[in-house]
Amino acid sequence: MPQAASSEVAAAVADAHRREWAFVLAATVRVTGDIDTAEEAVQDAYASALSTWGPRGIPKNPGAWLTVTARRRALDMHRRAATAQRALPKLLDPEGFAGRDPEDISDDRLRLIFTCCHPALALDAQVALTLRLLCGLSTADVARAFLLPEATMAARITRAKKKIAAAHIPYRVPAASELRERLDGVLSVVYLVYTTGHTAPSGADLMRRDLAERGLELARMLRVLLPADRDVAGLLALVVLTDARREARLDEHRELVLMEHQDRSKWDRQAIEEGVALLREALQARPPGRFAVMAAIAAVHDESESWSGTDWQEILGLYDVLMETWPSPVIQLNRAIALGFAVGPAEGLAELDALGAEPQLARYPYLAAARADFLTRLGRPVEARVAFEEALILTDNETERRYLRTRLDELAG
Amino acid sequence: MSKYLVLIFQDGAAKQSEGESMSAPYQEFQQRRGASLLGGAALQPPSTATSIRRDGAGGFAVTDGPFAESKETLGGYYLIEASDLDEALEIAKEVPAGIGVEVRPVRMVS
Repeated sequence: MPQAASSEVAAAVADAHRREWAFVLAATVRVTGDIDTAEEAVQDAYASALSTWGPRGIPKNPGAWLTVTARRRALDMHRRAATAQRALPKLLDPEGFAGRDPEDISDDRLRLIFTCCHPALALDAQVALTLRLLCGLSTADVARAFLLPEATMAARITRAKKKIAAAHIPYRVPAASELRERLDGVLSVVYLVYTTGHTAPSGADLMRRDLAERGLELARMLRVLLPADRDVAGLLALVVLTDARREARLDEHRELVLMEHQDRSKWDRQAIEEGVALLREALQARPPGRFAVMAAIAAVHDESESWSGTDWQEILGLYDVLMETWPSPVIQLNRAIALGFAVGPAEGLAELDALGAEPQLARYPYLAAARADFLTRLGRPVEARVAFEEALILTDNETERRYLRTRLDELAG
Repeated sequence: MSKYLVLIFQDGAAKQSEGESMSAPYQEFQQRRGASLLGGAALQPPSTATSIRRDGAGGFAVTDGPFAESKETLGGYYLIEASDLDEALEIAKEVPAGIGVEVRPVRMVS
């Protein structure tokens, strides 16, 4: 291998960090049996890449180079730990490790994500571990993504890792009998990562693109690991079809633009094509999965040439399908909005009002915002004002707050 | 293999079947999962419990009743052996408990 300049090396290592982190870590966990040792070994491998790729040249397959280096480092650490008689918390039983099924050729990354998203861990811990271990984000980055103090996030991650070790949460892909249910949990975590980035629950920016992109990458990774799975295709379709509209969601002053007023020429046609193809595949499942139905709704919007030309009947029908199998107050809220556009704002408003007593929506700003919008359309500005003010109280995202204030000002004027 | 304690919770208001033989669902469970069960017992109701707290000065405070008052009361337990948490949860789901169970890994002391 020829020598490489230091800038080239830095770029290659950064690229390998982004692309190969999960692969290298997952392969190393298999050797160490515990996550902490594996993380340390992988970090050392990346550090050593920075110092050796210059003089020796950048390897053809950085992932393989990093895996070999990290595994070697992990074995060294283990040997030293064994001599020091230090008991390491084990993720894998040595027996289970030796007796591994040789037929089992699934990618280690799949094991790692099923461990991170185990239902015995709290949802926020599942999300934090996934970002930390699969995406290679530092604890500080994970904390920043959720606007939490680093110490809080560090404690959350440490606690989750301790539980994995103490309770022997397994490092393997679940048996076929539980796979559907467990995979749904994994998909929910990935979707949560994406939506938290797509519309940040709090903070100054509407979107946290870094987080949204991680969600998209995770969905793509799952698609590579489980190429025949229709639910995975459904999730990726949903993320891609939603993400296709990203450039149109803010105007040149970085103010929120609702879909009704978005410049549809800014929508990413290539992404829409990709998403629709994935959706077609996902819809072959009988019955179709939750994410596929949600993706179908996104596709109706994406393929519609204008807001007024949107096929609201179709969208309403898709929400009915969701309500039948996966009822939730949030789905009911979205269905009420669709009804408002399919039939009329009065009908939509009636449905929204019926949801007012729903405890799960008590602090959900979009209920008040949707009511405010329908009340405005119905020419009832006094009630609309109250609803906008309520939405404003419940909204923590600064961009959304500015949007709501603009709507309030319009009512006054 | 790892050991787990499966704590069985029931509604505090539920009637206890005093002196009766083990219910059929429990008998079935124990037969089916006998190989994984290391021990277990059904407990007398919480009204029969006595709690002992250290008073911090070398003495004890003895009180009538369970340690923590709650609507769900501890009705019994199994000590089980499983290869990992997934297997332990699978076994625990089969316990015909009134409200549900809590699965706790047993600490290995070397």
